Amino acid sequence: MYIRATGNISPQKTFGHVPFLADPVAYAGNRLACVEPDYKNFIDVKLIRRMSRIIRMGVAAAMECLQEAELTMPDAIVTGTAYGCLEDTGLFMTKMVEYNEELLTPTAFIQSTHNTIGAQIGLILQCNNYNNAFVHRGFSFESALLDGLMLLQEKEAATVLVGAIDEITHFSHAILTRMGLYKQGPVSSLDIFKSKTKGTIAGEGAAFFLLADAPSGNDYAKLDGLKTFYKPKDIQEIEEHISAFLTAHGINSNDIDLVITGRNGDAHSDGLFDQLEQDVFSKNFIVDYKNLCGEYPTSTAFALWMAANILRTGEVPTSLSCTGSSENTIKRVLIYNHYQHIHHSLFLVSAC
Amino acid sequence: MSQTVFVAGTGIISAIGNNVAECLDALENGRAGIGHMHYFDSLHREKIPVAEVKQDNEGLAKFAGLPGTKSRTALLSLIAAKEALNDAGIENLGSLRTGFISANSVGGMDKTEKFFTEFLADNSKGRLRDVVHHECGSVTELVADKLGITDYVTTISTACSSSANAIFFGARLIKNNILDVVVAGGTDALTKFTLNGFNTLMILDEQFCQPFDENRRGLNLGEGAGYVVLVSEEVAASLQKKPGVHLSGYCNANDAYHQTASSPDGTGSFLAMSGALKKSGLQPGDIDYINLHGTGTQNNDIAEGTAIKRLFDPHFPKMSSTKAFTGHTLGASGGIEAVFSVLSLQHGFIYPNLRLQTPMKELPFTPETGFIKNAAVKHVLSNSFGFGGNCTSLIFSKV
Repeated sequence: MYIRATGNISPQKTFGHVPFLADPVAYAGNRLACVEPDYKNFIDVKLIRRMSRIIRMGVAAAMECLQEAELTMPDAIVTGTAYGCLEDTGLFMTKMVEYNEELLTPTAFIQSTHNTIGAQIGLILQCNNYNNAFVHRGFSFESALLDGLMLLQEKEAATVLVGAIDEITHFSHAILTRMGLYKQGPVSSLDIFKSKTKGTIAGEGAAFFLLADAPSGNDYAKLDGLKTFYKPKDIQEIEEHISAFLTAHGINSNDIDLVITGRNGDAHSDGLFDQLEQDVFSKNFIVDYKNLCGEYPTSTAFALWMAANILRTGEVPTSLSCTGSSENTIKRVLIYNHYQHIHHSLFLVSAC
Repeated sequence: MSQTVFVAGTGIISAIGNNVAECLDALENGRAGIGHMHYFDSLHREKIPVAEVKQDNEGLAKFAGLPGTKSRTALLSLIAAKEALNDAGIENLGSLRTGFISANSVGGMDKTEKFFTEFLADNSKGRLRDVVHHECGSVTELVADKLGITDYVTTISTACSSSANAIFFGARLIKNNILDVVVAGGTDALTKFTLNGFNTLMILDEQFCQPFDENRRGLNLGEGAGYVVLVSEEVAASLQKKPGVHLSGYCNANDAYHQTASSPDGTGSFLAMSGALKKSGLQPGDIDYINLHGTGTQNNDIAEGTAIKRLFDPHFPKMSSTKAFTGHTLGASGGIEAVFSVLSLQHGFIYPNLRLQTPMKELPFTPETGFIKNAAVKHVLSNSFGFGGNCTSLIFSKV
């Protein structure tokens, strides 16, 4: 299946016609915020005023993706979000507590539902087609993508708009900080892999992809495969899943030109990648991405966007954090991520 | 690759019963589950009736085998999912590729609400264990882990059509040869968040709801969970109790009209129903019973009714909204009503549309008002429509 177009709003300059990660933005502190575009070029001004930040980001990323694909009506819209529209949820809950269940207004409630972004995209496009929303933590994007791939395989759709959206809010950052997810003390985002300390940095993003069953002649890449596995017992089981995935696609790790791994700077979380890099990926050229977008449950959408762009150019920007190197043009990329050791995912992406 | 996806088991918990047998008995005897709040608490307790599951969290926890401190949404889910798996009686489940596809609308919100009051006053306060399962997916995982399902676990949330989409997605995972068995459906507990949200929309009935009545005033919120066990042809053939029902059609369409309101002509509903018919290869005249979405709001019932008129006129199947019994269980409703649809096929039952007094004058048909036994039911259409224009219809058929 082909990745025909993308739209990505992230803590990096990734939206619109900009050079591919040429000049990464470094953040001080443990919270990265998206670089937001001027929404007027993508969304009706009257609508923008009503939308919360995550809805604006999601809708704009989707519209940019469709514009690039020169498509007005996708055959399906599928979104993934772990946390959903947190700002509106927090707003409605705050008023509910402060006014003791009285004098409430509906807007925040209406916009808090997890399918709001997919629904808003459908509404703006006047698209009556298939519309679905997955909300499963570190599998949200992967589930949405699987749904999209199956629709293409079933010939129910020829084009599918698939995206992932998650935001950090004041409340969610405070709660996740108390749960011990993030680094304490001075942090520089681009250096998180050197720190070897506990915790990661909080990220967010909205990334959409237009998937098609036929080539357009101008595609970014081909998405050859996707696999998820849940709560593996140990590293052996993880390695078995990775090998089985590669075998199913008729390749082994020597056939991979680049591995994008989901290191997040947390010493415990990254230990797994250290082990894999000494073993299954020992000969591979490896690049990380969470120093750019931060850690969040749907960050693999950022990784897939990165893979698609690397495959289009055949090169890894020198600005990225790499292990090893490659003389060759990058033709095949494997993404491996785990979210909190619970949700593991593999994506195989290749050049067209 | 399995072309037919069978329903091997069903499980349910709702305001009218803690299992399939109790729910069927209530349906047969016209016993609605709506009333004053007893277990759930809200400022609106004197004014707004709800359809509660008749058990407190401790009682549900004992029944489910999870601690009572967990979200009620997870407790309800586990009880219904276990019943469905027991009903299916798949002996070699461990050797089959098994998935749990669950839906809910607000995850562990009941516990988050408890956390949030203290947290709002002071961000260092509130017990983290009450917010740790806030995410929709986290509720699903609590249940998947108790069921021992690991091969594929995911959660869908498309408002009131959520669990119909979960069943639909589960069936496709079997057809695409990714899984052999899927426990699919949904769950939702009553929460202040949703009750107040619906209250701001002014669509809650302060009396018992009257779906598809000319004088309907709105909906009653309910809670519960409903799951079906879907199996491939190969698994179905291996079972001692051969499944007699399969999922023959499904369609997901979007109304693309308004974030919360349905279009007056029910475009999304029409597309979902006609798409499901097309998928199943059936004609409108083949449908013997429609389990209506039928929330009891002005807007839903006229939109859904208009779409039914357009699709079925002049030969209308029997139809009813069971929400007059269970209340609107939101993320669980598609699962609960899928179970009712399967039971209708298995037993030849048509359920009454309780409290229907004056049929809607715009519509040329009247839902059933009495419980019918020994009806010839071969194909049942189940509608689930939600906020965001998300419309999904499922068709269950006799093998």
